[in-house]
Amino acid sequence: MAEPRRTWKQVLSRFLLLDLIKGLLVTFKYQAPKHCYTEQYPLVRPKVAERFRGAPRLNLDPETGESLCIACNLCAIACPEDLITVVEAVREYVDHEGKTKKKRVLVDYTYDTSRCMFCGHCQDVCPTYAIELTQEFELAIYRRKDFVWSWEMLEKGIEQPIYTR
Amino acid sequence: MHKPEIAITRERLLAAREMVLNMGPQHPSTHGVLRVILKLDGETVIDLDCDIGYLHRGVEKICENRTYVHIEPYFDRLDYVAAVSNDLCYVETVEKIAGIEVPEKAKYIRVILTELQRIASHLLWLGTHAMDIGAVTIFLYAFREREEILKIFENYFGARLTANAFRIGGLQYDIYDGFEEQVRAFCRILPERLKEYETILNENRIWLQRTVGIGILTAEEAKDLGVTGPVLRASGVKWDIRKAFPYEVYDQVEFEIPVGENGDTYDRYLVRMEEMRQSRLIILQCLDKLKKLHPGPVLGKVPKVIRPPVGEVYHSIESPKGELGIYLVSNGTAFPERLRIRPPSLINLQALKKMAIGHLVADVVALIGSIDIVLGEVDR
Repeated sequence: MAEPRRTWKQVLSRFLLLDLIKGLLVTFKYQAPKHCYTEQYPLVRPKVAERFRGAPRLNLDPETGESLCIACNLCAIACPEDLITVVEAVREYVDHEGKTKKKRVLVDYTYDTSRCMFCGHCQDVCPTYAIELTQEFELAIYRRKDFVWSWEMLEKGIEQPIYTR
Repeated sequence: MHKPEIAITRERLLAAREMVLNMGPQHPSTHGVLRVILKLDGETVIDLDCDIGYLHRGVEKICENRTYVHIEPYFDRLDYVAAVSNDLCYVETVEKIAGIEVPEKAKYIRVILTELQRIASHLLWLGTHAMDIGAVTIFLYAFREREEILKIFENYFGARLTANAFRIGGLQYDIYDGFEEQVRAFCRILPERLKEYETILNENRIWLQRTVGIGILTAEEAKDLGVTGPVLRASGVKWDIRKAFPYEVYDQVEFEIPVGENGDTYDRYLVRMEEMRQSRLIILQCLDKLKKLHPGPVLGKVPKVIRPPVGEVYHSIESPKGELGIYLVSNGTAFPERLRIRPPSLINLQALKKMAIGHLVADVVALIGSIDIVLGEVDR
């Protein structure tokens, strides 16, 4: 391609490196410490949004301390990856009027976080807000088998390490 | 000992002119796992072949074994830097075949978020493309602005990258408090930031030498190859799905389609920069209209189990990379019979051979960057 003839103005600005200086001025503008955007991550944990979908948790009833889960199996059906297993049992109990009634209770609940893609479908369908994806985002674990979270772990949550310098 | 039939002598090696070089799959400038087999004469490319499939996950087959609601999160993982556009294409396809109505308000929110995603995708493209060529500063600046968009996404979707709140029939969430202010604040800073990038790049002699006249794709060639998106528009073809087949509310907003003249790398850069400005204008118009519709429903009437009638449908949207299409065949059950994705990156990648022949190896790096491919979408 033939280069177009330059005007003397263009030649001068090219000789004086004006195009590069213009760019460098922008870069130097950002040298001031107030333009620092770096987050000191392990020391200062960022605050994630309210809707953030992180580690799963099985919520407890704040009044009675029992699990809110009613073993309806909806979360296991809603999960695209089939990583939730809900083991349920039907127990008989006597209500306050003295009648024998049948009730579905939760026996075991496991959640495989290694396959989870945090889509949030399980918490959407839950009728009692039992399963919830929380703001915890540090899910690294040393052993592979530990990725499958047990019922107990889902209620307690993962222990967060504290990093120091 | 095995003796080669033709003795490899020093003279013969020195006389050889062609050389085959593997670029990738672990080359940082191939933006993922793309292997480019280059046939070189010295440093000039004389032939080129792309080897893809390193990231193949079989998404189309997975989709045949999932219900329509279950498929949604898989679309975040196709073009992972523009997850929102992918989601939009999928939910619109299912709405089209099942005849589900979407509330007006949800449409506006969808357009705002998709256009924000377009800006985010182009900013990421600008940063990585400039870094490939050697301007590392732009990379840091572009990521700073992208961070603002990702903050909006984190507040709205609950995830930064794999956004997943578009539901068949509308949206999962309504907008959060302060959404409008946050988006408007971003729209305020964007023009001056774009101007900053242009101050650094537009007249920079290194940038001009690396981009002007590199990888020229004429309008005819671009049309023959089926190239879409900014790559096609840089060649001077005024084609945008948002104008040609308006979806959502694009027929109610005003915007221009930026086109290039020469179809070289520099024009592709200019077109994308202008597209970001146009996206900003669309967002501002939609925010004004959203104000009148707030509060209102965001999820339409959707059956519990979506069983679209027997039939087939093709729907395409203008994703940041080009025309993203989905061809869906329904057999009347809760599972799709076949779901074929037409990824823009895969088809745009085919233009690489046409662009690169005759240029240097270093220009191939610039060209891969200028096509803006995402390997998650190419290989699916």
